[in-house]
Amino acid sequence: MRSVICFAALLLAVGPSGRPAIGQDTSTIDRGVRIGIIYRAGVRPGLVMLPRTGMGLDSVRAIVARDLDYSDRFEVITLPGGDSIRLATPSAAPRGTGTRRSGTGTAATGGAQSGGLNYPLYQALGADFALDITVAGDTTVATLHDIASAGVRRAVRVKLPRPGDPDFRQAVHRLADQALQAALGTPGIAATRILFVKEGKVYQIDQDGVDQRLVSSTDRQAMSPAWGADGRHFAYMEFQAGKGWLYLQEMVTGKRIAVSTTGSALDFTPAFSPDGQTLAFSRATEEGTDLYTINIKNNCCLRRLTVGRFSDNLSPTFSPDGQRIAFVSTRPGLPQIYVMAADGTDQQLFAPFDYGVTGSSNAPEWSPDGQSVAFHRDVAGTLQVFVLDVRTRTVRQLTSVGRNEDPTWAPDSRHLAFVSDRSGYRQLWIIDLDTGRIRPLLQQSGARLPAWSPRLSEAPSTTP
Amino acid sequence: MKSVSLLLALGLSAAVITAASCGGNPAPQNPTPNADSAAAAERARQDSINAAQADAERQAAAERERVENQRRADSLAALARSSEEVRATLAAMIHFDLDKSNIRSDDMGALDRKVAILQANPELRIRIGGHCDERGSDEYNLALGNRRAQSAKQYLVSHGIDASRIETQSWGEERPLVDGHDENAWSQNRRDEFEVISGGDNLRRS
Repeated sequence: MRSVICFAALLLAVGPSGRPAIGQDTSTIDRGVRIGIIYRAGVRPGLVMLPRTGMGLDSVRAIVARDLDYSDRFEVITLPGGDSIRLATPSAAPRGTGTRRSGTGTAATGGAQSGGLNYPLYQALGADFALDITVAGDTTVATLHDIASAGVRRAVRVKLPRPGDPDFRQAVHRLADQALQAALGTPGIAATRILFVKEGKVYQIDQDGVDQRLVSSTDRQAMSPAWGADGRHFAYMEFQAGKGWLYLQEMVTGKRIAVSTTGSALDFTPAFSPDGQTLAFSRATEEGTDLYTINIKNNCCLRRLTVGRFSDNLSPTFSPDGQRIAFVSTRPGLPQIYVMAADGTDQQLFAPFDYGVTGSSNAPEWSPDGQSVAFHRDVAGTLQVFVLDVRTRTVRQLTSVGRNEDPTWAPDSRHLAFVSDRSGYRQLWIIDLDTGRIRPLLQQSGARLPAWSPRLSEAPSTTP
Repeated sequence: MKSVSLLLALGLSAAVITAASCGGNPAPQNPTPNADSAAAAERARQDSINAAQADAERQAAAERERVENQRRADSLAALARSSEEVRATLAAMIHFDLDKSNIRSDDMGALDRKVAILQANPELRIRIGGHCDERGSDEYNLALGNRRAQSAKQYLVSHGIDASRIETQSWGEERPLVDGHDENAWSQNRRDEFEVISGGDNLRRS
């Protein structure tokens, strides 16, 4: 708190007067401010969260700042609590005042109202954007400043639920996504969740690793959750006595509906078609395991896509245009990644491998942009996450530390959640393919089979 | 008044008896039995002999019965033991190599013994459960466990057992037999389990 006040005071000091406050013409930044260390100009824009305090604002700011950080699209410049910034801008300040609309002495504290901000200061910090979150009555305002053009890019006004409300965090995540959209013109992934299985139950958790909730509405062992494209429901498999049943469950109500199949087999690995009409899945029978589809709109029309006989076919994943299905087949002897048309025709190898050299490959998931298929492959006795480039049909290995498996794409097609034991126990991690940054999603063991949601729009009003 | 005089009379008579036994003739050591008492003794002797004989007979009968019971119990236990042996032979697990579902040659004998039991007990129906270790992929292991169960079933069927008497299940890696994260645990967890569905009472060896 002290440092915030101190910081505000410093900003005041270097206000329109331009009078040097402390030190001379160079900016001196104390330890703890990440500037010029990780940030590389032109690679990722710098973004600074303006310090604010107020009712509920601390958590809003913290959530938004973390969301923007986890987007891996910014270098988030933190103004940490224990540090102070001594800054003087004798040459920049006059220029700054000239570009400001109405230079006031309250740049930092009154930025949202006046639109004025000490842009040269933030430019000196390496920021391309500054995000200011304020409260006006019951409305939260997120003002995105474009530092280079020294103006407000956009002000987003939302009425947030109260902290503690079950919808609060997702509403804040959506605010973060709007800020990211305003800055970069691309949608974010803050308002997403990840389903996973732990001890036979399905849980959900926000992509920032907070707000874990049980979503299983049954005591039977659950496996293989898969999101519907609308993010309103998911499919999963219930496993009991060696048999597997498929269910659809609504996220909001928890209501579950059995998918009409024969019910006597072992049905597993459900996957929605992008239009939500069809569920593809694997069925293990005495003939082996093969792929089927069923129309879930009318709960009818079971259709068999593969006839393996002496090989197994499983783990389907639709291309985002719904035209193709990638899957696992053991026809080469060991499981490898294959692809076919959505009607089962034109089956062919998808991810190249060397006979007798390449290990088993499993758990494919087609990226939302259609360009990649993530999967895991046995490398020297342990599993690693790979990505197949759909166009060139080349694969690259993403992970190498520990055992890494069951990758699932974020809607931005650049983040993957996966299971890893790199910290000594199996839990969920997230990797950004562009920067290579890896962070733990959870701090608990036993989580597996993650499924990353599509972008979650506002929950439909649940009228009691 | 009456009772007092009675007590006195008793007291006097007691004194007289005491005086008589203390002085005068000593009590006879071996009174000669008269004819009546000899007969009684003989009767008693005979009675005790009879009783002893009856007792011995009863004991012998009880012993016979005990031995008979024991024999019956032993033979039942033997029966149960053999049934138990048969059951154990039937339930003996078979194991698989990593990521494989083919029957290993060292498990064929175990399956052959199951074939004999299934042939000797035509009412017997069994279920085969295929299991995997934790190293493979969670979902692929459901398919692999299914293959492992099918492999054993196909072996039994190819040796003359009716396919309708054998059900199969896959458990994937969901029910490890041994907890642990080393080859010792993994090799034990890559297995088929065999359980009786019906017709499992009084199993015959062959």
